[in-house]
Amino acid sequence: MNGQGQQGVSVQVRGLRKSYDGQPVLKGVDFAVAGGEIFVLMGPSGSGKTVLLKHLIGLETPDAGEVLIEGESIHSPGVMARHRLAMVFQSGALLNSLTVGENVGLYLSEHRLKPPAEIARIVAEKLELVGLQGTEHKMPDELSGGMKKRVSIARALVVEPHLVFYDEPTSELDPLMAVTVSEEIVRLNRRIHVTSIVVTHDRDLAFGIADRVGFIHDGELLAVGPPEAIRASAHPLVRKFLSADFRFNPEQNTYEKHP
Amino acid sequence: MLILVGRTLRALPLAWRQRRKVLDQLDEIGTASLLLACVLSLFIGAVLALQTGPVLAGRGLASFVGGLVGLSMCKELAPVMMAVLIAGRIGSAMAAEIGSMQVYQEIDALRTMNIDPVHYLVLPRLLAISIALPLLVVFSVLAGWIGGALVSMYNNQIALSFQGFFHSLQDWVRVKDVANGLIKSLAFAVVIGVVSCHQGLQTIGGPRGIGRSVIKAVANSIVLILILDYFLTRLLMHVVK
Repeated sequence: MNGQGQQGVSVQVRGLRKSYDGQPVLKGVDFAVAGGEIFVLMGPSGSGKTVLLKHLIGLETPDAGEVLIEGESIHSPGVMARHRLAMVFQSGALLNSLTVGENVGLYLSEHRLKPPAEIARIVAEKLELVGLQGTEHKMPDELSGGMKKRVSIARALVVEPHLVFYDEPTSELDPLMAVTVSEEIVRLNRRIHVTSIVVTHDRDLAFGIADRVGFIHDGELLAVGPPEAIRASAHPLVRKFLSADFRFNPEQNTYEKHP
Repeated sequence: MLILVGRTLRALPLAWRQRRKVLDQLDEIGTASLLLACVLSLFIGAVLALQTGPVLAGRGLASFVGGLVGLSMCKELAPVMMAVLIAGRIGSAMAAEIGSMQVYQEIDALRTMNIDPVHYLVLPRLLAISIALPLLVVFSVLAGWIGGALVSMYNNQIALSFQGFFHSLQDWVRVKDVANGLIKSLAFAVVIGVVSCHQGLQTIGGPRGIGRSVIKAVANSIVLILILDYFLTRLLMHVVK
């Protein structure tokens, strides 16, 4: 579990397709993420971001195409053990029957990687990193949505991952905590050169932390590039998403305005 | 479901590592069901004696009541009734808990930490129920016998003494008959555990999906228990002689 100096892993997505009940959700997605990069997948709700993320971490099997981690299929035996992956779920996905401390230390205790006292120390350290020191004995039910998400981030940090997936990491957080969380994503990336794939519809987060941004709409990746290239994109759907704001015109149809 | 059985069997060597969770589950099953199992069985034994006692006594066979209640409880009624009770109380809870974990992505979270849900969730539950159900059947048999003995003693039409009841029971019931019931209960425990965990893991949708999984877990478990009971009874007639 030597976190210092480790390198993030590369990810390649080739021709990923997925349909549910005959309804295509991913329509042939291709992109590559270099080791240590922060790649943000941005797009409106219902565009297929979360489904794509589930494929990236191997929770779903595609109808066609493949996801490669350092050139190995995500579904190859042992790939998850060789390349430590972690995911921060939108809802936190904490185990409700365990305390906060047990949730954060679950990876270490289940795989018997450290003695209990060492696990307790690491848990306390990670919880402090996300501003939740002293909450080890609380149950997830006692936490707010934002606190659950921060515990989920602490749980991901414990893995000392090579690749971290974040599903809407700033939703349900107040602006200050959103900034703290986004700083933590960048800090983790700088500290252990972890590869980070962030799924969000938060434009501030995307442009604030990304090395590159991919814009997904209706199961297709419409644009990929550095933040400034995406900002300058001429694609009408990208432009529409980036220019949407609350200063709406009552005469204009809201649904037309939203991509 | 067969795949789940295979994966759980393959995980058996890791059972010792899950002992804390097995004990937690045992505590949950025991706390939830022991008192209810005893009360239920007391009355099952009592009703059995009440129904058969006067008929047998009318033919001068009152002393057979102990044997009849004794055999019925240990070979059939205790294993089947306890299995139905546990399917309702514990099987439903297992399906609901695992189903809710599935819906709220807790199982996805386990997978991303390279923790196999079969090792973490299914194995401890299956082991706990496989230990708990035969134990409950032992308590159930004893409570049923006591219920039958009390009715035989205090019902004027039967008027069999406590000693007379257990003397008859001793004449009729052999260790193999108790073993017969315990083997059945072990098989029923595996059915309840596998069906309930499988339904939980298959849950899709929100709270309605969890509700559907619970209903399927209980209904499928009970149907399978009753069908399996017939075939196990036939098999054990030949094997346990």
